[in-house]
Amino acid sequence: MILHPTVIANLLAAYVGSGMVLYAVFYGVQILRHWDIQSGHEVQLVLERKTYLISTLLSYVFGLQLLSLFLFIFTADSLTPLFVGAMCAAGTLNVDGFGYPTLVLKIFNFIVAGLWLVLNYADNQGYDYPLIKKKYLLLACVTPFILLEAVLESAYFLSMKADVITSCCGSLFSSERVTGIGSEIASLPALSMMWVFYSTVSCTLLCGIFFYLKGLGGYLYAALSLLMFIVSLVSIVSFISLYIYELPTHHCPFCIIMEEYSYIGYLLYLLLFGAVVSGLGVGALLPFRQVESLQAMLGGFIRKLALASVILFAVFTALVSYEIVSSSLVIAYEVVY
Amino acid sequence: MTHWIEKQRYIIDFTLSSLLRRKVKNFGLLALYTLIVFILASTMFFTYAIKKEAALILNGAPEIVVQKIVAGRHDLFPLAYVETIKNIRGVASVESRLWGYYYDSLVSANYTLLTPPGNDAAKPSAKTTVVENDSGGEAVKPLFELNGAKLEPGTLIIGNGIARLRAIGKDDYMPFRAFDGKVLNFRIAGVLSSQSELVSSDLMLITGEDFRKLFGIDNSHVTDLTVVVNNPSEVAMVASKIKKHLPDARPIIRDEILRTYDSIFNWRGGMMIVIFSAAVLAFVIFAWDKASGLSAGERREIGILKAVGWETSDVIQMKFWEGAMISLTAFFTGVILAYIHVFFTGSIVFEPALKGWSSLYPNFELTPFVNLEQLTTLFFLTVVPYTVATIVPIWRAATIDPDSAMRFTGE
Repeated sequence: MILHPTVIANLLAAYVGSGMVLYAVFYGVQILRHWDIQSGHEVQLVLERKTYLISTLLSYVFGLQLLSLFLFIFTADSLTPLFVGAMCAAGTLNVDGFGYPTLVLKIFNFIVAGLWLVLNYADNQGYDYPLIKKKYLLLACVTPFILLEAVLESAYFLSMKADVITSCCGSLFSSERVTGIGSEIASLPALSMMWVFYSTVSCTLLCGIFFYLKGLGGYLYAALSLLMFIVSLVSIVSFISLYIYELPTHHCPFCIIMEEYSYIGYLLYLLLFGAVVSGLGVGALLPFRQVESLQAMLGGFIRKLALASVILFAVFTALVSYEIVSSSLVIAYEVVY
Repeated sequence: MTHWIEKQRYIIDFTLSSLLRRKVKNFGLLALYTLIVFILASTMFFTYAIKKEAALILNGAPEIVVQKIVAGRHDLFPLAYVETIKNIRGVASVESRLWGYYYDSLVSANYTLLTPPGNDAAKPSAKTTVVENDSGGEAVKPLFELNGAKLEPGTLIIGNGIARLRAIGKDDYMPFRAFDGKVLNFRIAGVLSSQSELVSSDLMLITGEDFRKLFGIDNSHVTDLTVVVNNPSEVAMVASKIKKHLPDARPIIRDEILRTYDSIFNWRGGMMIVIFSAAVLAFVIFAWDKASGLSAGERREIGILKAVGWETSDVIQMKFWEGAMISLTAFFTGVILAYIHVFFTGSIVFEPALKGWSSLYPNFELTPFVNLEQLTTLFFLTVVPYTVATIVPIWRAATIDPDSAMRFTGE
């Protein structure tokens, strides 16, 4: 256990978030069981009031979730001097077996939480709470993951012992090592990866614009935006980071959030997360277009979501392209190590 | 979109005027909130700045220090070992050091005596080495600046702290009791600059010859060695080779020292925060109490708002803006006050707890150093608990039935 102020802040956020989600899911289950909009029973009135509390609580929790995702990486980054061989967050997360699972879970939870908020917003537009049961079913499904995240995060920070020799990002995300997912992504050839990235971008953007204009192909767009998200993350490791660091061998996805690179990583990741949440939101809301009380507004809202997602992806691509063009690094041919 | 912004603007407008109508109640909360932020921010700014200072100073330190260990204790280092270390591949240069402590019973303080590099008569081959700065743009602070004074046999250059403590200055004489009881008198050739006071406050520079006379160390021994390694990735390897060739030697790597300092100050800062968490908890309870204890006037206000058409979610939004305004005001005021407290007034309140003490303590001013990490952490430690504590009371207030709120007007 390292008694570092930022570690304390992280754990506090995790526990507070889990506590609130637990409280919310307690009433969520009651709503799932007893909700009946036709009834004038006292229980129904109490539950209707509780929905306000729960949606407020969860908006806070999910806002916290976003902040804590970045705080977590930030913490991992700032703890590096304590570990031999760690040079950035990549090394610190590797200190024990819980670092990377926590990170993956945090990203997953963030995306699901974002979807919940989208669903919640749509639900609040209808006068008869048309999506309420689905909303709380989703909440009940997310809760175990958020609790698991808190447990893993505590385990990660509590079992941390300074002085453990960990690998630095240079060897974890290096193309020299052949095993491990980090180096497998890194050893993807940069030039062909660029082709993949830009063709996925153009497909996604075209599909998004088509959906915005014609209202067709929404599910395809949701799927493409998820694909685009994954391709972008892989691309960051494979070639975007190279251009930002201006080093043909440094593939680390965490160093870009450091001060030396003017925190550009935060902007990139924020754009990407925003884009994938709104893109998936399109897919999540499409089945409810025919619901009577939502018919009037839902179509417009879905189109707005799609537009937001397209714009965020476009800005992300523009930023990446700018970094590539303005970088002094030129990848003219494939370097094979 | 513009409609939404306009709506929020009106709500904020309304909230501000309603906050100002209940000045005393809100001011009490704001003052307490600011105080909490101030305390936590001061602790964090102080520990981070001192960590930064240590890192800057240690950047100029040698990569490896080699000591000799006898029965687990630090012992004098035989010069005969130097050749063995020099022969290890990767070692750029080896330099011997003479340093020690002298207890002055007159003022009951410990001085650190050091022979500056290249001033030891027993080692004529000493060459000054340039320590490579591998951190890029960051400036390396020299450990001490001589201020133009020249060190000759029979003279001393003293740190600012000693000069202050003994009330002496240039060209004064200072008596020392040598190891055999003889009294040695040294002339003070100069005082070190005050910029480096954090490390040089109790420092005394002395020639190698005088040092040996004072402590009775023969010419074949030194205190320890510093080893310069050009390639940073070879440092650990060189250290392990030293250990292999000289089993009674203890190599200490610079990164280890840095890590230790980091751990110590992290621990101190974390400790303070754990202690202050009781205060944060008390504050959270206070905030909860304030938020749930609505006065009859406030209840009636919410009742009327709902009667004229505000929805529950609008009231919640209003309360959200109220919390946001109070939090941000308190947060920024607290942070600014803490900045002034730590970097301009030398953190009068926490100095004894965080710095440690001795009779010869350096006076130093910390270089202002605040980064995003500290601010985010602070935000998490103060604003998040406050927000969480007020959610349920806010919801209770927002779901008041208009008729019951207006009927009970017991003001």
